[in-house]
Amino acid sequence: MGVAVVPPRAGSASASPAAGAPAPAAGAPAAVEARNLSLVFDTDDGPVQALSHVDLTIRPGEFVSLIGPSGCGKTTLLRVIADLETATGGTLTVKGMSPRDARLRRSYGYVFQAPALYPWRSVARNVALPLEIMGVPRAERRRRVEAGLDLVNLAGFGNKFPWQLSGGMQQRASIARALSFDPDLLLMDEPFGALDEIVRDKLNDQLLRLWDRTGKTVVFVTHSIPEAVFLSTRIVVMSPRPGRVHDIVDCDFPRDRTLDIRETPEFLRVAHRVREGLRAGHAYVD
Amino acid sequence: MATRATPVVVVVLAVLAAWYVAAVAMNADLQRQAFDTAGTADAAWPDFVAGTWSQAHPRLPAPHQIAGEIGRSVFAVAPTSKRSLVYHAGITLEATALGFLLGGLFGFGLSLLVVHAPSLDRGLMPWIVASQTVPIVALAPMIVVILAQVSVTGLLPKAVIAAYLSFFPVAVGMAKGLRSSDPLHVDLMRTYSASRPQVLRLLRLPASLPFLFASLKVGVAASLVGTVVAEVTKSEDGGLGARLLAGSYYGQTVQIWAALLVAALCGAGLVGLVSGVERLVLGRFGGGR
Ligand SMILES: Nc1ncnc2c1ncn2[C@@H]1O[C@H](COP(=O)(O)OP(=O)(O)OP(=O)(O)O)[C@@H](O)[C@H]1O
Ligand SMILES: [Mg+2]
Repeated sequence: MGVAVVPPRAGSASASPAAGAPAPAAGAPAAVEARNLSLVFDTDDGPVQALSHVDLTIRPGEFVSLIGPSGCGKTTLLRVIADLETATGGTLTVKGMSPRDARLRRSYGYVFQAPALYPWRSVARNVALPLEIMGVPRAERRRRVEAGLDLVNLAGFGNKFPWQLSGGMQQRASIARALSFDPDLLLMDEPFGALDEIVRDKLNDQLLRLWDRTGKTVVFVTHSIPEAVFLSTRIVVMSPRPGRVHDIVDCDFPRDRTLDIRETPEFLRVAHRVREGLRAGHAYVD
Repeated sequence: MATRATPVVVVVLAVLAAWYVAAVAMNADLQRQAFDTAGTADAAWPDFVAGTWSQAHPRLPAPHQIAGEIGRSVFAVAPTSKRSLVYHAGITLEATALGFLLGGLFGFGLSLLVVHAPSLDRGLMPWIVASQTVPIVALAPMIVVILAQVSVTGLLPKAVIAAYLSFFPVAVGMAKGLRSSDPLHVDLMRTYSASRPQVLRLLRLPASLPFLFASLKVGVAASLVGTVVAEVTKSEDGGLGARLLAGSYYGQTVQIWAALLVAALCGAGLVGLVSGVERLVLGRFGGGR
């Protein structure tokens, strides 16, 4: 569909293709592969260990949620993958490349914990920002912005400025912005944290269908256990600082699952295991 | 409307009242001498007060004397006459505008350099700051002489002195403005691996607009000060500064104050003009906060 940047598929072939995912090319590199990843922040009050020995492989087409107590390093892990932060130990590849190369090739779309819209741009021009930077022609830009705003139910709000929108609407605009250039890896940091339950359900459903339809890889940070279980193919439970992977829970619901599965025993079983993991994680410190 | 104007009116009235009282105090000696020589030392106090407000060469002229002088030299003489304050204000504004343009562009250029090359920041900033610690009154004649050596005369030397004062607030304000972007907004640009010029055009410049206008307001006022100082040095060309010099040479305090007040009005007008442009531009860039 005329994407400006063609993400390369070449690279070291290490991970096996995900079962059930819409056939990523055989031998395609892992979307994210972290080995023994650590990050220590140097602060004025001494070093802060934000990530400690994180091992994680995310295959193309997976939907992986990161869940864990506040301050455990979820945002930090996402930022390392996005090359906004540099790990101080271990190795990390993103689509078989170094995080830096992956960033330079615009391999991912990032949804920040805050909307981060530019206040001097209208909503439509905010959504168009990455397209402008990537040199997408004006007509194509307009078409994609319209489709994007439609997708997040903001049709008709394109000419408003961010301060004229509610917090939840702003966050939806930022999701449209991340989707506008059609990256096949989405890094989402609590994108629905500011939304009410009903809108959240609706957007969860839409995100899931988008993921199912497009085969994108999603790394998704959340504090909500039901949200994680409903959306994910795997849930990474992190323990409090220094952030490490406490448990990885498989979620084998069909890709075209609907919100109804939340009533099934299987759903409750997985949710229970995630909750136990979070509890046990807390026990490390307290 | 009325409620918004009230504080302004109250302040103006208070200033005027204080001014009239000060004029009596400042001019009392002269008035006493004048009555002594005229042999009317026993004049009643209302006459005395009225006298302090109507001297030909008062130490501190009363507001209505200054207003009268401005009225005469604005309306009673042709705007092309050398005795017209409009004529002199025009000369001053011309050099101010050119100096502001030069200084603004230079300051803006400096801010770009300083922000994009940290080594230049350390290398240049001390000099930029030092440049403003030299008293402009001492520097102005030298600039005029040096530029005359390379046969630059007329409007330009005055504009250069105006630019010398106005580039500083623009450079410092814009350097701060260009660095004021929200870190998250900068991160966003990184995720798009935007080029430096793109980051400048799409993020840093628009984010710095409030700083730009704040520093332009200071800059345009500084430019006016620089021009007036230059005109005191180069008084043969005329201008409000030349009027100040001539007034003090001949002890024409009323003329000095009239020129001062017109200069202040020019300054207020220029700042108002920048504010108008600011409202227009910020309105197009999202308006509310
Ligand atoms: N730039 C930084 N400098 C120093 N310390 C930092 C920095 N960024 C994060 N930290 C620290 O690293 C730890 C992990 O932070 P992070 O933002 O990744 O947590 P989080 O899991 O996303 O929390 P939340 O759920 O509240 O968003 C925290 O203790 C935080 O104080
Ligand atoms: Mg976070």
